[in-house]
Amino acid sequence: MLRVNISRKLPGLTVEVSFDFDRGILVIFGPSGSGKTTILNCIAGLRQPDEGYISLDEKVFYSSDDHIALPARRRRIGYVFQDYALFPHLTVKENILYGIPSRCKKGKNYRIGTLDVLEMLKISDLQDRYPAQLSGGEKQRTALARALMVEPDLLLLDEPLSALDHGNRRALQAELRDLQRIWRIPFVLVTHSRKEMHALADEIIFIEKGRKRTHVYPDMRRAGLNLAGMAENSPSPVVDGNVA
Amino acid sequence: MIDPVILSLKVALAAVFVDFVAGLAVARTMARTEFMGKNVVESLIILPMVLPPTVLGYGLLILLGKRGPVGRFLLEYFDFQLIFTWWAAVIASAVVSFPLMYQSAKAAFAGVDISLEQAARTLGAREARIFLTITLPLAWPGILAGLVLSFARALGEFGATLMVAGNIPGKTQTIPLAIYFAVETGDTSAARNLVLVITALSFATVFWLNWWCKKKVQTWKKGGPEHAQGEHL
Repeated sequence: MLRVNISRKLPGLTVEVSFDFDRGILVIFGPSGSGKTTILNCIAGLRQPDEGYISLDEKVFYSSDDHIALPARRRRIGYVFQDYALFPHLTVKENILYGIPSRCKKGKNYRIGTLDVLEMLKISDLQDRYPAQLSGGEKQRTALARALMVEPDLLLLDEPLSALDHGNRRALQAELRDLQRIWRIPFVLVTHSRKEMHALADEIIFIEKGRKRTHVYPDMRRAGLNLAGMAENSPSPVVDGNVA
Repeated sequence: MIDPVILSLKVALAAVFVDFVAGLAVARTMARTEFMGKNVVESLIILPMVLPPTVLGYGLLILLGKRGPVGRFLLEYFDFQLIFTWWAAVIASAVVSFPLMYQSAKAAFAGVDISLEQAARTLGAREARIFLTITLPLAWPGILAGLVLSFARALGEFGATLMVAGNIPGKTQTIPLAIYFAVETGDTSAARNLVLVITALSFATVFWLNWWCKKKVQTWKKGGPEHAQGEHL
C-alpha cells in the first residue's frame, strides 16, 4: 500500500494531496502545471515535501513528524522520466545495467534476468547502440528496462507516452499493462492525455491546481462510470471527496 | 636553453593539477547551488583573469612573503621559505590560470542535464558514483578545454611569477622570464629559440584539444555503427 499525504509550495502553486493506493496502475490525471510531476518527485525522493507523510507498505520514505527523509537511492522506486533521461554517453546495455552493480554484490536473486527484460521490451538487438541512435519508442523501452532492472517495489512514469507517435503509443500502452501484470508492483503514471488515462488506469486521481479533485477506485472503473464526464462535472456523489 | 623549458613544463603541469582539483570542486558547487552573495564570490573567482598579473604578484608577495601570514607560518613551523622557489612559481601560475579552468568547468557542469543525475539516484547510485560515471564524463569535453587553456596560460605566466619567484636560472627561470632577460642582455638567438619552443608547445596543446574534442563528442552524439563494440550479453 502506497500512502501519500503531502504538501509542497511551488512558485504560484501549492501542491496538497492525500491518497492511498494498493495495486495495479494508478493514473494521476491533470492539466500541465497542476503539480503532477512534483508528486512523483516527492514519492521518488528527488524533492522533499514541506510536510507530510509518504510510505510504501511498512517502509516510511518521508515523515515530517518523525524527521524521516529516505534518500532516493534507498527507496527502491523505479522512475521513467518524461524525457527518458537516458545516459547519452552509455550504450543501451550500459544504461540498463547502471543500477545493477551495487545490488548484485549483495547476492540477491533476480526474479527476471537481463536478457528476459531486453526481450520482453524488444530491445535485445539494440544493446550496443547509443541513445542518440534510438527512435522515441526504443528510448522509452530502454528507460523502462533500466527502471525495472533494479527490481523496484514501485514504478513511477511521468508522461511515458506523450513523445511517441500513434502506433508506438498503442503498442506501448498494451505493453505497460502486461508489464504491470508480470512484475506485480504498483505503477503510478502521470498524464494529461484522457485517452492514455482510459487505456491504462485501474485507479484515477484527478489533479487540478495542486489539489486532488476526485479519486476513482477500481470498482467504480469496473462499474463503467463515465470518467470523462466525472472529471468535468466533479465533485460527484460517488467520489472520495475529502479534498474535492 | 633546456632548463627553462623543463622548468616551465614542470611548473605548468603542477599549476594545472592544482587548478584541476580546486576548479572541479568549486565549479561543481557553484553550478548546482544558489546562495546569497553568489555573484560576489563568482566575481572574486574570475578577478585574477582581469587584474594585471603584477597586482596578483603583489598580493601573493604580501600573503606568502616572510612577513605575510602564510609565509611566516611556513617559516616558523616548517622552516620553509616559499618565496623565490619554484613552488612560488607554481602558485603564481595556478592563481592566474584558475579562472580559465573554473569558467570552462562550471559551464560544462551546468550543461549536464540534472535529470540524468536524478535518474542515477533512483537507480541506487551514490553521489560519488554519479559524479564519476555521469557528471564528469558528460562534462569532460568542457573540463578538458579548461585544463588545456589553463595549461597554456600557466606556461606563459610572466608578471606574477617574476614578482614571487624571481628570475633564478635553473631554479625559477621559466621560458617567458628567460626570453625577457635574453632580450634584455642582447642574446637574441636564445630568445628566438625559446620563442619558437613556446609557440610550438602552445600551438600543439590547442590543436590537440580541438582534435580530441571533435572526435570524442562525436562518438556518442552522432555515433555510427562503427562505435558499437560492446560485448554482447
